[in-house]
Amino acid sequence: MTMTKGGTAKPPSPDANAPTDATTTAAPRRTHVPGDGTAHAQAVEQARKAMLHEVRARKRTRIGADVVCEALIRQGVDVFFGYPGGVILPLYDVLGDYPELRHVLVRHEQGGAHAADGYARVTGRVGVCMGTSGPGATNLVTGIGTALLDSVPMVAITGNVPDVLIGKDAFQEIDINGITLPMTKHNYLVRNADDLPRVFAEAFHIARTGRPGPVHIDITKDALQQETRAEHPTDEEVMAGLPGFRPNMDGHPRQLKLAAAEIARAKRPMILAGHGVLHAEAWDELKAFAERTQIPVAHTLLGVGVIDETHPLSYGYMGMHGWKHVNRAIQSADLLFAVGMRFDDRVTGNVRTYAPYARIVHVDIDPAEIGKNVAVEVPIVGDARRVLQAMLRLVDQVDPADRIEYFDQLAEWRRESEGSSWHGSGAWRDGLLSADFVVQRIGELSEHRGTYVADVGQNQMWLARYTGFREPNSHVSSGGLGTMGFSVPAAMGAALGRPDRVTWAITGDGGFQMTFQELMTLVQDRIPVKIAVFDNKKLGMIRQWQEIIYAGNYHSAHLLGPDYLKLADAFGIPAVKASTPDEVDDAIRFAQGVDGPALVWFEIAEEQNIFPMMPAGKGLSDLIEKWGGAEE
Amino acid sequence: MTAEGANNGRVPAGPTPAHTAPAHTAPPPRALPGGGEHRRHTLVAIVLDKPGVLNRVASLMRARNFNIDSLAVSHTDQPDVSRMTITLHGDDVAVEQATKQLYRLIDVLKVQDVTADPTVEHELALVKVRATDSNRAEILKIVELARGRVVDVSAESVIAEVTGVESEVDQFVALVRPFGIKELVRTGTVVMARGAQSIEEAIRR
Repeated sequence: MTMTKGGTAKPPSPDANAPTDATTTAAPRRTHVPGDGTAHAQAVEQARKAMLHEVRARKRTRIGADVVCEALIRQGVDVFFGYPGGVILPLYDVLGDYPELRHVLVRHEQGGAHAADGYARVTGRVGVCMGTSGPGATNLVTGIGTALLDSVPMVAITGNVPDVLIGKDAFQEIDINGITLPMTKHNYLVRNADDLPRVFAEAFHIARTGRPGPVHIDITKDALQQETRAEHPTDEEVMAGLPGFRPNMDGHPRQLKLAAAEIARAKRPMILAGHGVLHAEAWDELKAFAERTQIPVAHTLLGVGVIDETHPLSYGYMGMHGWKHVNRAIQSADLLFAVGMRFDDRVTGNVRTYAPYARIVHVDIDPAEIGKNVAVEVPIVGDARRVLQAMLRLVDQVDPADRIEYFDQLAEWRRESEGSSWHGSGAWRDGLLSADFVVQRIGELSEHRGTYVADVGQNQMWLARYTGFREPNSHVSSGGLGTMGFSVPAAMGAALGRPDRVTWAITGDGGFQMTFQELMTLVQDRIPVKIAVFDNKKLGMIRQWQEIIYAGNYHSAHLLGPDYLKLADAFGIPAVKASTPDEVDDAIRFAQGVDGPALVWFEIAEEQNIFPMMPAGKGLSDLIEKWGGAEE
Repeated sequence: MTAEGANNGRVPAGPTPAHTAPAHTAPPPRALPGGGEHRRHTLVAIVLDKPGVLNRVASLMRARNFNIDSLAVSHTDQPDVSRMTITLHGDDVAVEQATKQLYRLIDVLKVQDVTADPTVEHELALVKVRATDSNRAEILKIVELARGRVVDVSAESVIAEVTGVESEVDQFVALVRPFGIKELVRTGTVVMARGAQSIEEAIRR
């Protein structure tokens, strides 16, 4: 953010020693400068001047900005994403003294927030992003909201105007604390450097403990500049300071026993696994539990990767664009063992007709999620890993032979559903390049060992369905908020978090055009993200809805894009184009062979839809599998 | 949260019925949480007395689509701890969801739905009633009958102070309305559990 000279600063009135009590003096001389001539007004003027003319007197005593850097290092932060601006400059002034901290200069604060998000999702650690006051802070908001809806641990730091200017509509002042209040797990406004050690320790603790989420810390400029000797608190002191924050980690023994009894009775059980399993790092326990009880595992969009998709008990992705066989199995199940998922409307469709034969065991760390969207028979509040560990001790080993009829039925449904809407030849109608084929080849040619970051829309669904996921935390997707433009910046953070894996950002041409300014960040910071632009010259999911739900009334679904090869070239990124099925493999190999960021422009069929599709408001049994008589 | 083992009126509990061909039977629709009968609930929230905590509570109730009827906030005997009394209308499940959402706030220490508990419940109202020489005596009589008291008298008005449960205050207001109400202020309900038990003691640090 640039800084321009604001309003004219009027010097304090000469009669500054006049009585200041408004009730005992004559009427104030000017009404538009409150308390003119008072000590308070002088402080305001001083602060305003300090903000407009950066004070360079740098004393290397410990100041608030140092505390921030110390706290980040103490919390194990190795990289964070930010953008400087007027009031956060004191922090940038000391950053050079902390070479342990790698600061990535993004091109837009939203990109910084998504990058922190992507970093957090692949590492399980707290992602950190930073911006200045006003527009810097509001630009972070979309990224913070994305992290909240997907329960991603994040700390967002913003600067704010000096304390005395707060509430005065100062330059680049906005009530960012009020803005982030309903969209963070917790937020802080720090006005005193002495509070910084405690606030940072609390923020990281809150962000990562229990159900993770974003925490926002707003720091006034003077708090960053004040000298302080305040010490960083111990973990015990942090806990003692948060008496209202005690997440319940272990499920209640009585409830666990009830759940075990439900499992013992069930003939057609399904496990529904979600993001909470990944947050709790409970994938080994989930696998052991599924194997012991011989219950197939279906997963949510954010639960992709909870189980190796080639595992015999992995049944697949559920919900609006999930596999038909999975939704069918849920609709006929007699028991749903839901763990770390929240029965989102994209998962259940119409709740009235959802899983009509099923009793539900619901395991979640957040008590508010249980009974929120569907009524459940056995609520269990606890950490997915701890609950699954406890459940393992309560359930008997089930012989797969006992479930032979059930498994045969599931296998038959699966064969039926996997055969449809799949283009193994790579060609959709008229030989046009099919998107599902492309994501599958990306998965195969990266040996299913990469990090795959989705944008939002059709590309997101193709990626979740056809890539073939083997490892936890290898799939990154904005599920809850559905933030277009997420993929490239999130992949940036994911690549830095897991440099051992190839990182693919899969994006539609619409989402890509929202945030592609971060291409320059990839180049400047040498972040090796491989970008697959799925160009159908459409907002594909919008077009699909308009075709099917709005009677073909296409409006604003068609969008122009640039020449992506020239675009990549302008950024200095090697790029290649693939428009036919036989060009796909070479293009993917080319990108993976580049030492650094690379881009592949996939010209895919313009009107390919993603099926099956559950129309909004309908139930899981009302899937649309094809449209207009045409084979999809 | 439903009681453990409850079946929500859908699938018979006990031995699992055969579901080999479920598509041929039409099951009853799944019960929706929050579809029950609405009634007035009273919640007591014990919160840390930090800047913005009232805003957090109010913002949460707005964002989660709960409509607050009244909200009274005050200090407690413990430093740094405040107490809120919130009344709202909703079905039992929805209000339980509200309490669980409140618990998610870091500054909230305890939330208790005291609707079904034996409590002392009071609200205070100040009512400025238009009065003349001819009807002042009548107004004073009504105030007396409502066990209220007159706290201010002028040539043209009387301020009456009444306390009681919400409905008693409503009743008093209705009685004096014909005289003309110039001003009315109500504190909102505050409650306290009867007997020796204490909501605050449970969280005393």
